[in-house]
Amino acid sequence: MEFQIIWFILWAVLWAVYFMLDGFDLGVGMLQKFLGRNEAERGAIIRTIGPVWDGNEVWLLTAGGATFAAFPTTYALMFSYLYTALLLILFSLIVRGVSVELRGKEEGATWRSRWETAFLISSFLPALLFGVAFGNIFQGLPMDADGYHGNLFTLLNPYGLLTGIFFVLLFLMHGALWIGVKTTGDLSKRASGFANKVWYPLLVVAVLFLIHTKFATNLYSNFVGTPVLFVMPLLAVLALLGIKIFAAKGALLTAFASSCVTILSVTFTGVIGLFPNLIPSSIDPRYSLTIFNSSSSPYTLKIMTGVALVFVPIVIAYQAWNYRVFRKKIDPNEMEQGKAY
Amino acid sequence: MDVVMLSRLQFAVTAGFHFIFVPLTLGLSLLVAFMETKYVRTGDEMYLRMTKFWGKLFLINFALGIVTGITLEFQFGMNWAEYSKYVGDIFGAPLAIEATLAFFLESTFIGLWIFGWDKISKKLHAASIWIVSIAASLSALWILLANGWMQKPVGYVLRNGRAEMVDFGALVTNSYGWSKFFHTVLAGYVVAAFFVMGISAYHLLRRNEISFFKASFRMAATFGLVTSLLVFISGDFHAVEVSTTQPTKLAAMEALWDTQRGAPYNLLAFPDVENERNSVEAISIPKGLSLLAYHDGNAEVKGLKDFPKELRPPVMATFLSFRSMAALGMLFMLLSLIAWLLARKGVLESYPLFLKIMLFAIPLPYLANQVGWIVAEVGRQPWIVYGLLKTSDAVSKAVTPMQVIGSLVGFTLLYGFLAIVDIYLLTKTARKGPEDESPIVVKTNKIAGN
Repeated sequence: MEFQIIWFILWAVLWAVYFMLDGFDLGVGMLQKFLGRNEAERGAIIRTIGPVWDGNEVWLLTAGGATFAAFPTTYALMFSYLYTALLLILFSLIVRGVSVELRGKEEGATWRSRWETAFLISSFLPALLFGVAFGNIFQGLPMDADGYHGNLFTLLNPYGLLTGIFFVLLFLMHGALWIGVKTTGDLSKRASGFANKVWYPLLVVAVLFLIHTKFATNLYSNFVGTPVLFVMPLLAVLALLGIKIFAAKGALLTAFASSCVTILSVTFTGVIGLFPNLIPSSIDPRYSLTIFNSSSSPYTLKIMTGVALVFVPIVIAYQAWNYRVFRKKIDPNEMEQGKAY
Repeated sequence: MDVVMLSRLQFAVTAGFHFIFVPLTLGLSLLVAFMETKYVRTGDEMYLRMTKFWGKLFLINFALGIVTGITLEFQFGMNWAEYSKYVGDIFGAPLAIEATLAFFLESTFIGLWIFGWDKISKKLHAASIWIVSIAASLSALWILLANGWMQKPVGYVLRNGRAEMVDFGALVTNSYGWSKFFHTVLAGYVVAAFFVMGISAYHLLRRNEISFFKASFRMAATFGLVTSLLVFISGDFHAVEVSTTQPTKLAAMEALWDTQRGAPYNLLAFPDVENERNSVEAISIPKGLSLLAYHDGNAEVKGLKDFPKELRPPVMATFLSFRSMAALGMLFMLLSLIAWLLARKGVLESYPLFLKIMLFAIPLPYLANQVGWIVAEVGRQPWIVYGLLKTSDAVSKAVTPMQVIGSLVGFTLLYGFLAIVDIYLLTKTARKGPEDESPIVVKTNKIAGN
């Protein structure tokens, strides 16, 4: 197989795993203030992601680094074209990291409450903006020989916004199930109740997204060309239905696993539709950035393939072990007042 | 100002701000690892309290280091798209490797260290802070190999309109990157040593927790003495690397205008850039500069006048930064030596003036780190990759001055706010001193009850 194709697959895997893992962190961030009725509950909620969120975010940094190393032209143009949108994501990620880590470094309800608000906003914005960004990538960016002809506001088109809302709802669902799985008692019940309710708007938006995709993008043409690929969106739909079936029965862990499969298969569906583009041009296909015209040299790709094949499995192994170490559920009643993380 | 100047300013602000936190992370993680290892070996509760107290300061600093680091990865693409396109084939690799090898380790094991007190064995817990510390250095290694390539490009050919990697081994063994790695990491250790000595001095002056802070001080003094010596030695080796690869940087560092064989070192000098000479030159050490630059007293050292003006770096900034870094480096050796002697005799409390000096010396190694980066980066100008690509050709074409002004203002406000929060939390935590007994154990046990 050509190295470009290997890297396209790796690129897709990095993004998919990032959304699957940080997706629940972002959801937790959006839900903390609403689901946590008191200091102990809010502490418990943030504690569910405390040991893992940072490691989850590194999948994003690695996706970014991999784009730089494997497809430098795409990295360069995407980041400079989407300057303001990426700046907003960046600021949010900075504020989010600080809110998680510094919230518990000082006593006092006001201090905590302010960081919780910051955490809420800085979790919502990346969830929305990653959706907007991917929606626009699916549609293609207005670029040609003269460069880029868009700005922050052209990104906020109906399809971009719809994808943004889709992401927000996906992560809300994912985060609610995570809190449900990782906590006990009332809090867990409330979280699973929320997951059961948010599933309906998620379903509606998902259906709208699938329909709108037909009109706004070219994503389906690869599937029509190779119908066996339809297995991926089919999996996404089944997994989405599975979430509801299991969540309604109270099988939260299975529902969460379904939610993971949903996010992975939604990402793969989008990326399969893009192939071989990384960013299509919406005005002149000759200026689309593909895995072939924007990649690094075969030598660099070969080295990077070696690095990835050796180290990514090791990373997955110790991250999985880390999740295992912290597998115990968290009981808000046992979070000592004022000492919560 | 144009996009180039604005983007440079933004990079300077964001990289400089990030580098307030990195050196302390590098050094303090190691000191905390020593402390916890001592606790595991001896079972002495004081070392556990030390681990917790210095560990909390470490974590505040660590959080800010992590979040401000994300900016840099974004910025190469956002502001320096032409650079990223031109050198991404070779420069992107070390960045991606840094994320895969170091960031994952660092971020996963720090989670384990913070929350794992009662979930994993004592030994494994101590091992996780060692892993965090090693991963921080590993991260520094890969980023400095990337920066080393910008300073001394190796292992590439110009092909398909860009620099393409042909020799990964050359990139990884780049002597510039390695000498810079040792110098930078050691400089980070000095920051941590002075940080711990300074805060300990504060408490010793107040006669607070004397045995705790004497032990902390003593450990940091030994660490500081060793590392401030090594940072000087590594700096000396690094200078030779600079003079052989970047003669313009060396000439600017020393404000040497005319090429000379057996060039002297002027202890006192001040450049007059307009007239291409030095307005002050005094206390000359014969052959000193040749010796310093090439470890050979008779070597020829190129002067600035040998290079066209447009290929010279800003002389004043490079010269002053280098001088102050070197002077500070010597001061650190002197202060660490005194600190080590007094700590060894156990008579620190009898020297309040010295303790006060150590308290106020906390910012100095930070300053030395910052000016060191000014020498490295400003001294490389007008090149972004020395001899290969000019900074002015590297900037993003799609980005407008207004966008960069907007982001620069945003960064300044956000980082200003973070600086206030950081200083507030660090000062407060440092002043409060260690908790009585070891309450975190009590606390985590309680949480563990679930």
